[in-house]
Amino acid sequence: MFNTKKIRQDFPILDQKTNNKPLIYLDSGASSQKPQTVIESMDTYYRQYNANVHRGIYQLSEKASAAYENARKKVARFINASTWRELIFTRNTTESINLVAYSWGLANIKPGDIIITTEMEHHANLVPWQQLAAQTGAMVKYIPITEQGYLDLAKYEAWLSPAVKLVAITQMSNVLGTIPPIKTMIKQAHAVGALVLLDGAQSVPHMPVDVQTLDCDFLAFSGHKMLGPTGIGALWSRKDILSAMPPFMTGGDMIKRVTLEGSTWNSLPWKFEAGTPAIAEAIGFGEAVEYLDGLGMANIRQHEIELTSYALEQLNQVEGLQIYGPQNPQDRGGAIAFTMGDIHPHDIAAVLDGEGIAIRAGHHCAMPLHDKLGLPATTRASFYIYNTAEDVDRLVEGLDKARELLTRD
Amino acid sequence: MDELYRQNILEHYRNPHNEGTLETYTHSHIEHNPLCGDKVQIDLLVDDQHRIDQVAFSGKGCAISQASTSMLTDMLIGKTVEEAKQIDKEAILDELGIEIGPVRLKCALLSLKAVKMALYGLSEEEWDNEEDDW
Repeated sequence: MFNTKKIRQDFPILDQKTNNKPLIYLDSGASSQKPQTVIESMDTYYRQYNANVHRGIYQLSEKASAAYENARKKVARFINASTWRELIFTRNTTESINLVAYSWGLANIKPGDIIITTEMEHHANLVPWQQLAAQTGAMVKYIPITEQGYLDLAKYEAWLSPAVKLVAITQMSNVLGTIPPIKTMIKQAHAVGALVLLDGAQSVPHMPVDVQTLDCDFLAFSGHKMLGPTGIGALWSRKDILSAMPPFMTGGDMIKRVTLEGSTWNSLPWKFEAGTPAIAEAIGFGEAVEYLDGLGMANIRQHEIELTSYALEQLNQVEGLQIYGPQNPQDRGGAIAFTMGDIHPHDIAAVLDGEGIAIRAGHHCAMPLHDKLGLPATTRASFYIYNTAEDVDRLVEGLDKARELLTRD
Repeated sequence: MDELYRQNILEHYRNPHNEGTLETYTHSHIEHNPLCGDKVQIDLLVDDQHRIDQVAFSGKGCAISQASTSMLTDMLIGKTVEEAKQIDKEAILDELGIEIGPVRLKCALLSLKAVKMALYGLSEEEWDNEEDDW
């Protein structure tokens, strides 16, 4: 069974008090905590074999290069890429999506083309498409969400046509938690010749993701939301697509040969990795997916379904509290956004902080979604492998306290 | 270090076999190594029986790259194009007889890549594919 107590011992940061209360960390949707093994792997790199990669002839550099490339293989295997060449290290999900928008997008999107995304996207999977459309004369269409927090799939199906060149959707909403029926949506998009980009920032850390089974065309995700460090993320795409794409950033390490007349590009994946990469961070990322593999992604998903199920049950009983997003835990991830009467989410979060509970308040980088909900902000609790039912109980107690303190007559 | 610069490697490096260019050739290719700036040109003369009659190489490179190229030219002469296709990474490493790190591997294999590109138009991508093992 999923041993949360044992898992918690691997996360040194969790063993502390904030505001004199034991820390309850409920903001993994924004950034997860890191296990000892991840922290140590980066520390070891800096203490024992710090050197630049891909060039040095000496042992330190060869060791660093091998560790960097080995980390790539671990992350590529983690999402079941058919080869490590399809896994490009970036800074984060945002950079991965921008890479696709600027490289693939500018080369392929023409005036009159349509890009379909959704109303519930994080800004990272929304603003780059608005920009691309503005630069190319294409149009962006947003699949609406229903009252229950699901995508309006009838609209999506109606909108699909040969003019649609790209469908860019989140695999798990960072606010509503919604998990769209991605596999079907991909099949439908491919039927009209559109490519599909998945924002995996929330899905890859929390459920099994297999790019070959999904048959998606791009997958973007971040290391820091899945036990890894900040500053490292990944873009996966199929080799044929990546080979045809022009470079995103140019400069060192991404070239094969440079003359004053022009340059030729390095092989995949290095064609897309200009400049010295985040070496320690990549090594930490590799260690993080190893840790997740050790637990098993299916087990992690199951743990979060159980925890989310319990949290929905408990939160639904809190007076004045309204949850946004699907009520069926099978259809959603463990990020739960809610409001409590007219108490501002910032006030709720501040009171909870006083109780040792770290929780997010704001628009969670999804302003169009909050406009749609008619809310300036929501409060969001998000769970991960180290959270327990007891954390949920503490949250509910804290919310009761916030209501008592802040309710106006 | 002594291990890397073994006697057989130093001999090929000091007195490379088949160095130069061919005036008459059927296949030729220049290949670069982006990591260290090495360059090798391979000229081949293949007869109508598809047999490699003459090979010559020129260019600049480190001792490992020069020695492996010299060894490879010896291996090629007299072989048919089909037989030459079978020469793989392992064959070169066996011939060198040393353990080689990932960076120097590019040096050791540069001429093999050039030969394959010259002889039967192996593409950059196909060469990459040969390294795609996990």
